[in-house]
Amino acid sequence: MDLRRVNIKIDGKEFEAIEGQSLIEAAKNNGFYIPTLCHFKEIYPPLGTCRVCTVNINGKPDTACTRKVFDGMEVEVNTPEVLDNRKAIVEMLFAEGNHYCPACAKSGDCELQRKGYELGISSSRFPHLFEERPRDFKDDRIFLEHNRCILCKRCVHEVKTNKGENVFYFQNRGHKMLVGMDYEKAAELTDEQVLEAAKLCPVGAIIAKGKCTAKPFGDRKFDVDKNIKWIQSDDLELDIPKDGKKKIVATTSLAGCFGCHMSLLDIDLGLLDVLELVEFNKSPLTDIKKFTKECDIGIIEGGVANSENFEVLKEFRKKCKIVVALGECSIWGGMPAMRNTLPLKECLEEAYLNSISSENDEHVIPYHEDIPKLLDKVYSVSDIIKIDYYIPGCPPNADHIWKAVKNILFGAGEKVAYEEFKYD
Amino acid sequence: MEYTAIRNERTQLLNYLWDFQDKNGYISTSDIRKLSKELGISWIEIEGVISFYHFFKRKPTGKYTIYLNNSIISEIKGVKKIKDAFEKETETIFGETDPTGTFSLFETSCIGLSEHEPAALINFRPFINLSPKRVKDIISHLKAGGDIDTIKDEITDFIRYKNDKGEPVIFREYKVGESILNLVKKHPEEVIQEIKDSGLSGRGGAFFPTGMKWEFARRSQSMQKYVICNADEGEPGTFKDRVLLNQMPGLVLEGMIAGGYTIGATKGIIYLRAEYRFLKKKIQDTIDNFYQIGLLGENILGKNFDFDISIMSGAGAYVCGEETSLIESLEGKRGGPRTKVYFPVEKGYLEKPTIVNNVETLCAVARIIELGADNYNNKGTEDSKGTKLLSISGNCKKPGIYEIEWGITVEEMLSLCEAEDVNYIQFNGPAGTVLTKDDFHHRISGTENSKNEKNPYIRCGGSVMIFNSKVDIFDILTNFSNFFIAESCGLCTPCRAGNYLIGKRLEKIKNGEATFEEIEEIKSWAKVLRDTSRCGLGKTSTNFIVDAIDKFPEIFKKVGLKDKEFNLSAALNDYYDTVKNN
Repeated sequence: MDLRRVNIKIDGKEFEAIEGQSLIEAAKNNGFYIPTLCHFKEIYPPLGTCRVCTVNINGKPDTACTRKVFDGMEVEVNTPEVLDNRKAIVEMLFAEGNHYCPACAKSGDCELQRKGYELGISSSRFPHLFEERPRDFKDDRIFLEHNRCILCKRCVHEVKTNKGENVFYFQNRGHKMLVGMDYEKAAELTDEQVLEAAKLCPVGAIIAKGKCTAKPFGDRKFDVDKNIKWIQSDDLELDIPKDGKKKIVATTSLAGCFGCHMSLLDIDLGLLDVLELVEFNKSPLTDIKKFTKECDIGIIEGGVANSENFEVLKEFRKKCKIVVALGECSIWGGMPAMRNTLPLKECLEEAYLNSISSENDEHVIPYHEDIPKLLDKVYSVSDIIKIDYYIPGCPPNADHIWKAVKNILFGAGEKVAYEEFKYD
Repeated sequence: MEYTAIRNERTQLLNYLWDFQDKNGYISTSDIRKLSKELGISWIEIEGVISFYHFFKRKPTGKYTIYLNNSIISEIKGVKKIKDAFEKETETIFGETDPTGTFSLFETSCIGLSEHEPAALINFRPFINLSPKRVKDIISHLKAGGDIDTIKDEITDFIRYKNDKGEPVIFREYKVGESILNLVKKHPEEVIQEIKDSGLSGRGGAFFPTGMKWEFARRSQSMQKYVICNADEGEPGTFKDRVLLNQMPGLVLEGMIAGGYTIGATKGIIYLRAEYRFLKKKIQDTIDNFYQIGLLGENILGKNFDFDISIMSGAGAYVCGEETSLIESLEGKRGGPRTKVYFPVEKGYLEKPTIVNNVETLCAVARIIELGADNYNNKGTEDSKGTKLLSISGNCKKPGIYEIEWGITVEEMLSLCEAEDVNYIQFNGPAGTVLTKDDFHHRISGTENSKNEKNPYIRCGGSVMIFNSKVDIFDILTNFSNFFIAESCGLCTPCRAGNYLIGKRLEKIKNGEATFEEIEEIKSWAKVLRDTSRCGLGKTSTNFIVDAIDKFPEIFKKVGLKDKEFNLSAALNDYYDTVKNN
């Protein structure tokens, strides 16, 4: 076949593309990467649902998956504006659904998660919605987890029975939209087709029951390169402040698992060198319970689940020049915020009144003036106070924490490599 | 119409569903099973179509379904009292059916009766200018087994102004067939040239040049092409198309016939919004009459030109006013916008070249052909020729339809409709622009750029909602925000999640819980929606709030916070309530 070629320009670089091809495929064939979520292969009509691949085409924003290349097409993929829009959309998806990476079978193989790393998203500018969404266990082989669904339309378009009938189809409209499943048609799928459907899902919304494809850390599709360099103590000596004055650090763990502090300890022997540079004030590491002086930096692990967390956080803002949110729980609520989709009353009743584990005469919801009072939901620290920096991860790895803190305190100017950026 | 005989056309799904909905008041699971078998598609697909349209119900409804308009115009005209009256008289609440199965109450987005608010549709018959007393009378009449058709309202179309200074174009006297007689004397290329000369652009509000659209469709090679009349005006505050369809349905048909003649199509479809089903009979009668007098059917006026027109009902979805969503809906699918790989003029309805034109555009075409472009062009301004219909509603003495010449100022418009103490105008619908006193010198136009700096142009698709200083601006903004949340189709991330997030933020602002920074942040969120949304709905859905923040700084100053303030005691209420009742 005679293929006509057209000249297009991406970020100033000119090349030839085959006429009629979509921009996203043409770019890929020429070694240009345009991030996307819903696009997985060239289809007609293109899905065009996620909008992540929005770029500037001859000055106007449009999606690369829905536009065909034409002669004289000029594309901007990485202007600050285009990048910011792209980040915003991914952040929106994180805020819209309920994505608890550490509890998801797709973690490490998830395209949404990867997009987050890739774009360096440390926190979502949008407040998390925490809307309760159904979990559909009804089918024998497929578990449909709507909390994780990003409505990309891949399964609606692609998963069909051998007779060509739809298994999945969109239901409802607007923010109530979700993917519905025809159980009878689903039963007609072969086991291989079920696995294919689970693989096609960019997130962990379609799970093949009993066929968990979860792999150990390190072996997953988007995992870290095993050869990354961990902290070397020599690196630190360069950063000793010239005036010899140690910076003062405070840390705390609010509603979290202490994992971020454990990660902090992973700096390991390097900690001895860290102590040359900084002095810890109020912190679980020093067991100092009250601030004894003004601090340069306050590092907060965990979200705000009760009245005590609230008071501690307020105190940190007062006593620390810079406040850093460390880890997912402090950034948006994290795992403890799993309760946010339910009313507090239900949570308490489940835990203390109806739970099978509560003893016969102990059906009481704890209340005493000395114990902290639970808030209606788990709040992110930024709901309460102004936060200066975010260090993402669950937990963030030691390298990432140290680099970020070093940057903040000493302006060391080191970049956090893509490999060090982890949500789980 | 009965569709029970053969149900084998996937594209007729909406008609089949209407058939069940009308007959039984809902669509049952066994209906879906039946359809699924007959059409050979999965039931989840049918469920998906049903759940897209808000007039289709999956649970039984009462003998009478009452859809009360919840638009902002309805709100300022006292819909709250009407709502209470309906709930009291029918002994049920909105969203429910009363125990006797007689009445179901629902709220719905603008039903296109803004000059007669508060208004409702009962079994799709209009009931206008409602008062609690009237509600009581209606319900007791229906309870007593009275006939609904004896008490439904005949709508008076207030055509307040017909370009009195010059002469009307649209609202001049309509003589059946006048336009078609002129049409068939011309070659299709001449028709395109005439429309191009008139500079006519899409009157639905997108302003795409009509001549160009028709030319593209004419150039597309295909044995079959389609002409679609977009009678799905859903922009809150607009009702001009309703008036046109009621006053001169023939003119609309003539515009469609001109489209068919010009692009080489033999089929025309009117996509009539479900809210206007009460007009269906009148339009159908006009179509039947056209067949009788030889203006539709085969060999129209002895020329070698065949053209048919049929009517399809929508089922409640604002987004179907967007042309590709409308086409999806016509094909019996969920009415989501297509990705624009092809334009409808290349691949439209059933993948065939299709023109989709708004009711008013088609009327204007018919008039241009009737009068000639020269006669049309001597009205309006240099850049925008001819006249435009405005639907004016809200706080003014004379709400109704105004046929204005392009170029009059907002101030002139306000004096025509006798509006006083005007504080806020939502111009062009919620997706349009907010105007305040500072903008009254703007000239209403079909183009955006003006050479006249003193009186800049402002584009108008037709909806004009006027609010005086007594209306709380947050009521307006909340209403619009809820409208977009309810009507976003959900296909693309920014519109689906973005509008919802903005709604939440607006609530926070209204409650005085947002910082100035958080108020300003909305503007950057809006930019994301504008740049990345899939269709015009999402792209324009944040205009109102961005405009309001810019044009009413003092209002936001009053509610905004300097620093974050977290209301601890409010967050602890649930806990104390739980332990107290424990």
